[in-house]
Amino acid sequence: MIANFGLAALWLAAALATLQLVAGGLSLRRETPALAGLVRPVAIAQGLLAAVAFAALIVLFWQTDLSVKLVATNSHSAKPLLYKIAGAWGNHEGSMLLWVTIMGLAGGFVALVERRLPEPTMLATLAAQAFVSIGFYAFLLMASNPFERLDPPVAEGQGLNPLLQDPGLAFHPPTLYIGYVGLSIAFSFAVGALITREVSPAFARAMRPWVLGAWIFLTLGITAGSYWAYYELGWGGWWFWDPVENASLMPWLAATALLHSVSVLASRNALRAWTVMLGVVAFSMSMVGTFLVRSGILTSVHAFAVDPTRGSFILALLAIYIGGALLLFALRAATVTEGQRFAVTSREGALVFNNVMLSATLGIVLIGTLYPLLAEAMGSKVSVGPPYFNPMGAVFVLPMLAVMAVGPLLRWRRDAMARIGKRLIVPGVLALTAFGVMVALGTGLLPALGLTLAAGLLVATLLPLAGRRLRTVTLPLWGMVLAHFGVAVSLFGMAADSAFTQERLVAARVGEIASVGPWQVRLQSIMPVAGPNWTALEGTLAASYGDDGTPAILRTQSRSFWAPVQQTNESALHTRWNGQLYAVLGEEAEGGRWQLRLWWKPFVTLIWLGGLLIGLGGLLALLGRVASDLRRLVAIDKIAYRRERQGR
Amino acid sequence: MNGAIKAKHQRLVLVIVALVALIGAGLLAAWALRNQASYFYLPAQIASAPPEPGRAVRLGGMVEAGSLKKEADGITLSFVVGDDKARVPVRFAGIAPDLFKEGSGVVAEGRMGPDGTFVADNLLAKHDEKYVPREMKDMTEAQARQTVEETR
Repeated sequence: MIANFGLAALWLAAALATLQLVAGGLSLRRETPALAGLVRPVAIAQGLLAAVAFAALIVLFWQTDLSVKLVATNSHSAKPLLYKIAGAWGNHEGSMLLWVTIMGLAGGFVALVERRLPEPTMLATLAAQAFVSIGFYAFLLMASNPFERLDPPVAEGQGLNPLLQDPGLAFHPPTLYIGYVGLSIAFSFAVGALITREVSPAFARAMRPWVLGAWIFLTLGITAGSYWAYYELGWGGWWFWDPVENASLMPWLAATALLHSVSVLASRNALRAWTVMLGVVAFSMSMVGTFLVRSGILTSVHAFAVDPTRGSFILALLAIYIGGALLLFALRAATVTEGQRFAVTSREGALVFNNVMLSATLGIVLIGTLYPLLAEAMGSKVSVGPPYFNPMGAVFVLPMLAVMAVGPLLRWRRDAMARIGKRLIVPGVLALTAFGVMVALGTGLLPALGLTLAAGLLVATLLPLAGRRLRTVTLPLWGMVLAHFGVAVSLFGMAADSAFTQERLVAARVGEIASVGPWQVRLQSIMPVAGPNWTALEGTLAASYGDDGTPAILRTQSRSFWAPVQQTNESALHTRWNGQLYAVLGEEAEGGRWQLRLWWKPFVTLIWLGGLLIGLGGLLALLGRVASDLRRLVAIDKIAYRRERQGR
Repeated sequence: MNGAIKAKHQRLVLVIVALVALIGAGLLAAWALRNQASYFYLPAQIASAPPEPGRAVRLGGMVEAGSLKKEADGITLSFVVGDDKARVPVRFAGIAPDLFKEGSGVVAEGRMGPDGTFVADNLLAKHDEKYVPREMKDMTEAQARQTVEETR
C-alpha cells in the first residue's frame, strides 16, 4: 500500500518535472503569462512529491516491509532502528531516490524564494533544473525502481552491509548528497543565464548563496566521510585516493573554484564567461561522480550493485547534460562580453591563480581516476594510487596555498607587493623556522613543505583581521578568514600525520605491554561481548602516555555479524590535544597471543577540525550574504511603500 | 608586471594562462602515470617479466590451498599466490582482512623483494558478497574452476 503510494508520488513528480520544463521552455519563446505563472508552483509541488516518495521508502524500511524487494535485499528485522531508517539510503535505489528528492527540493526552494533575477532567467533556470531532474526520474523509474514488489514476500531480509552499520551512515550520505545535488542549482543558473544572455554581477549575487550552501554541505560531507573511513576501515589512513573519494573531491574542487570566481563576478564584474563555465563544470563533476559510483564500473563499499544497463543509462544522461551544457556554452561564450580589467598583482589576479590551480588539480584527480578505467577498456590493468596523486596534487595545491596567504591582503584592481610586504614578515619567519626544523628532523619533502606552509598560513590567514575593530568586521569577512584558517589547520594535521605517525604491530599475550611512540599499551583482557546483531571479541587496552598517571582504557572489537555473515574490526581511539592513539584487534595467534596494531598519530585530529572550520567559515559567509540580501529587500519594499503613499 | 599587459588583450592572456596550466597538468599527469602508477601483475606476468625489486606494484591471484602459514612472531603471514601458470611466494606482516583465506582471491599491494618473494604492505580481499576489488572481478571464473577441482 505504502509502496504503491510512493511509486505514484514518484511518477507524478516526474510528470510535473516535464510540465515544468515545457511550461518554462514555451514561455521563454513567447510571452504567455499563464504558462510562466505555472512554473514556480509546479517546481515546488514537484519537490514536495519527490520528498513524499522518499518518506514512503523510509516508512517501508522502518516497518521492514518484506514485500518490497529493496527492503528484503537490504534490511533485516533484527537491525537497530537507526540503521533500519538510514538503510533506506544505504543501497543503490534508495540513494538515487535521495538524489532526486534533494534535486526536486532544491529546485522548489529556488522557485519559492529567489526573486532577484529577471523573470526570463528564472524561467530558463527552473526549466533547466527540470530537464536534469527528468533524466534522473527516468533512471529511477525505468532502471532502479525502489518500490519494486516481491510476490510472495520473503520471511526475512538479507541485512545491511555491516561496514555501513554505523551512525555515520545516518549523516554522511545525506550531507554529501545535498552538496552534490545542490550544485545542480549552480548548473541551472549557469544554463539559464546562457540562454537569456544575462551574465551580470546581479546574476553572480543571486547564484552565490546557492553555491555557498552546496559547498558547505560538500565540505562537511567529505570531512565526515574521511573520518568515518579512518575509524571504520581500521587501516589508520584518512584518505585512500579511492575513486569514490575522488568522486566527491572533484565537485568540491570545482565548487571551491566557482565560489571564488563568483565573488569576483559579484564584486568586480570580471571573469564572466569563466564563472558560467565553472557552474557547468561543478555539477558535471557531481554527475561524473555518480556515474563512477553508481554504474558498477567501480567496485567499492559505495558501489552497491553491478548492473551494466544502469551504467549505460547514467552514461547517456552524462552525455546529454554535460555535452548539451558545454555545447550551449561554446555557442554563447563569445556573446558574453568581457568584464572589467585588472592588473596581475591584485585581488582578482590572486583569485585567477586560485582558479587556475584548482582547475589543474581537478584535472590531475580526474585523469588519475579515469586512467585505470580507460586502461582496462584497452585490455591492461593499472592501479593508480598515492605515489601518483600526492606529488602531482602538491605541485598545484602548494603554490595555490602560498598565494592564499597573500591574496586576501591585496586590493581589488591594482596593488603592489611592496605595500603588504611588511605584514608578511612574521608568517614568513614562522614558515622558515618550521622548514628548518623539518629539515633537521629529516622528514620527507612533501610533509616538510606542508608543515612549512601551514606554519606560515596559521598567521597569514588571520592578517585580514589585523588592525580592524573586530566588531565592525562583516560576517562574510569572518567567514573567509575562518575558512582559510581552517585550510591551514587541516594542512598542519595532514603534514604532521604523514611526517610523525608511528606504527606498531605485535602479537601480545594478555598482560603484556607494547610501546608505540610515547605510549605504553598493556593488553588487559580479551572478552566475548554481544550486540543486537553481532557477537564480538573485545580487547581491553590500558594505555599510558609517558609518565602520566591514570592510563586511558581503549576497547577494540573484532565483530562477527550474522546477517549478512561478515567480520569487521572496530578500532579504538584515544584522543589527546596533540594527537590520537589508534588500536585495532586482529586474530588470535598461536600460544594465546593476539594480534594488535597500534598507531600514534600526532595532530591527526586537526585534519577534520580544519574541515569543520572551513565549513563553519562558509556558514558565516552564507548568513552574512543572506542577511544583507534580506535587508536590501526590506529597504526596497519600504521605498516602494513610501512612493505608493506619496502617489496618493 | 602590473598593468603592463595591454588591456585589450587581457581576456586572451587569461585564456592562454588557463590553457597552459591545464595542458601542463595533463602532460604532467600523463608523464607521472607512465612512471609512477603502481601496475597490476598476475602471477604469470611476475614469472615472465618481474618488476624491478622495490617498485610499488599490485599482485592479484588466488591464495593457494595449503600454503598459508603464520610465522612464529604471530604477525607475519606467508602464502603463495598463484594462477594456472605460475606461483609467487608472498610475505605480509599485519592484520589480514576478514575474508582473506586459502582458495580465495586476493590483491596484494607491495613490492618484489630481492629473494623473489613478494613483500606485501596491504592485502585487499573481498569485503563482503557485494564488494570485490576491481582487479578480482575477472577471477571468478578461475575461482569457480578451482572450487570444482576441490570438490572433486
